[in-house]
Amino acid sequence: MANPRPEQKLEPWKDPAATPYIRIEKVTKKFGDFVAVDDVSLSIYRGEIFCLLGASGCGKTTLLRMLAGFEEPTAGKMWIDGADMQGIPPYKRPVNMMFQSYALFPHMTVEQNVAFGLKQDKLPRAEIKDRVNAILELVKMTQFAGRKPHQLSGGQRQRVALARSLVKQPKLMLLDEPLGALDKKLREHTQFELVNIQEKLGVTFVVVTHDQEEAMTLASRIGVMNHGKIVQVGTPSDIYEFPISRFVADFVGSVNMFEGTLIEDEPDYVRVASKELGGNFYVNHGVSAPPDATVWVALRPEKIVIAREPPASDDEDNRVRGVVKEIAYLGDVSVYLVQLASGRMVRVTRPNMRRQAAAFDRITWDEEVWLSWDPSSPVVVTQ
Amino acid sequence: MSAYEPRRRGVHPVLLAELLSWIRAFGPYRWASNRFRDWGVGGRTAVIGLPYLWLLLFFLIPFIIVLKISVSDIRLGMPPYEPLLHWVEHQVVTLRVNLGNYAFLFEDPLYRNAYLNSIFTAGASTILCLLIGYPMAYGIARTSPSWRNLLLMMVMLPFWTSFLLRVYAWIGILKNNGLINNVLMAMGVIDEPIVMLQTDFAVYVGIVYSYLPFMVLPLYANLEKMDITLLEAAADLGCHPVKAFLTITLPLSVPGIVAGSMLVFIPAVGEFVIPALLGGPDSLMIGRVLWEEFFHNRDWPVASAVAIAMLVLLVGPIMILQYNQAKQGGAGGVHR
Repeated sequence: MANPRPEQKLEPWKDPAATPYIRIEKVTKKFGDFVAVDDVSLSIYRGEIFCLLGASGCGKTTLLRMLAGFEEPTAGKMWIDGADMQGIPPYKRPVNMMFQSYALFPHMTVEQNVAFGLKQDKLPRAEIKDRVNAILELVKMTQFAGRKPHQLSGGQRQRVALARSLVKQPKLMLLDEPLGALDKKLREHTQFELVNIQEKLGVTFVVVTHDQEEAMTLASRIGVMNHGKIVQVGTPSDIYEFPISRFVADFVGSVNMFEGTLIEDEPDYVRVASKELGGNFYVNHGVSAPPDATVWVALRPEKIVIAREPPASDDEDNRVRGVVKEIAYLGDVSVYLVQLASGRMVRVTRPNMRRQAAAFDRITWDEEVWLSWDPSSPVVVTQ
Repeated sequence: MSAYEPRRRGVHPVLLAELLSWIRAFGPYRWASNRFRDWGVGGRTAVIGLPYLWLLLFFLIPFIIVLKISVSDIRLGMPPYEPLLHWVEHQVVTLRVNLGNYAFLFEDPLYRNAYLNSIFTAGASTILCLLIGYPMAYGIARTSPSWRNLLLMMVMLPFWTSFLLRVYAWIGILKNNGLINNVLMAMGVIDEPIVMLQTDFAVYVGIVYSYLPFMVLPLYANLEKMDITLLEAAADLGCHPVKAFLTITLPLSVPGIVAGSMLVFIPAVGEFVIPALLGGPDSLMIGRVLWEEFFHNRDWPVASAVAIAMLVLLVGPIMILQYNQAKQGGAGGVHR
């Protein structure tokens, strides 16, 4: 999915002079013997949408709850806007959270729910009313102001929850699986809405999600988490195109992973021999690994060309023969599972650029095909 | 893309069919269901009808008998009241209804005072139970699950002993040379025993002690299922925990408070044993008046009138309880 934001030239994480808005330093959280968050250090900058991405139980929600103040770190420190957050209770933090379950107060109307946070600040009644109306307008819930949460649909509740946390105009908003309960169409729509609201109000978002597509759509940067550790931090395209480990490559998007041995390691290219592939990968970027080390080559399914004819160049590398075993037609793309001579299955996706009429001679089951790819496509990872 | 087989839940349909065919082949079942069918009664009618039949036989009919006695005259003899219907001559029946017993209840301040005193005592005990029971229920609902079961067990444990025995035990604790007075005197706090038994204080102690579990359990059930993230959300929006309790927890626990209060209030109004055993001669409660009317004065008609009047008095709170339960059931269904 395309990034909905206009190309941002502003990349504060590349500016060494920029001061991070949130600084997390060597934070660890243990529940008994279980280490939920393991020595995490992060810097998040003002105006970012930072996504914590990971499978369930990887510690991303615990990290978020520590920012909100519901959990205290076992070790390490956190600063928000330069202030040390240690020992500060949630009701005194400049942070608002949108809960996964929305946590709307069931005995209050939409309006009362949204006004709740402003009432705690003892604002004048007229101002509360104005701000509640404005935010309900923004999330298009004005006509439901008098309803109770159980009279709303999932999408409407989600918007009320968003309004309730936004109305306090927090500098930092934490969102825990904000779109988890919505169906796919509504989710896509809301993702764009969230980004628009975030831009309009200039809030810093920290979003927790297990949905990589959601992370890719929303995030300015993604932090991939596994077993309580941050594995990789980067822009969505960094994470997708340059994963630093097998885990990241595998978790974000789908990938064909080949084990191999480094046979040539030059600054500008490497060659990896793989028994699984039955051939060599020639990759036009360098790798920092000792020669003869075991490495893994990650190859995205959409970067493989599938054809009946062998590729035109007579280069021996980056090509392999196989037999089509499975085809799945998904409408926009087709997925081919191709079996190599080694028995290894390779996943290849191919956009359906032409309408598939009966007359169209397409590659079919049990056909022998050639797979090939550009030398820039494979990514070599060492761990 | 492979289509997933939808997973079946519950009993396997083939097994279920087999089980049902066994039941159908069972002799007594066939006989009973055939008889019911002969009478035009289906299984559903039978299942709903049986409890109603039970209530009709053992609740409604006795109630009508009491109602009948309450409007008859007292007489010496057995039974100690005049029949309503008199066979005067051939096929002439006279119906004599005496509403004097009810008028008597209004005229004699004894009954009015007893009613008012009962309601006041029950009301005050309910408030005391709520004040003691709410923190208990809250504490139990917020502890770790392993502690929770133990604590609930301790709330329910007294039910394993006879109610009467437990009230008698309080006599031993409260009497002049009882546990409390002896301990206080031994410690030198007091020189003379404090009179506690046969006072209103003892009645309150007895009622609050006996009915506390009826307050704690519905409150616990309510507080335990409350979503804790609501309190986190309140804190997140800048609400101090004390205020969060008042604006979130307390309003959401109103159904539990109403249920618990009614479960304490309704039986406490008619309480007889506790005021009789722990109360003094002047702690007049309606249950005790009723008992004395029946067994000391042998005035069954007035006693029945007292009972009917009490029932009418309690219809209000019972309706509150039912409305509350219906609303709770409805709300549970609405939440998706």
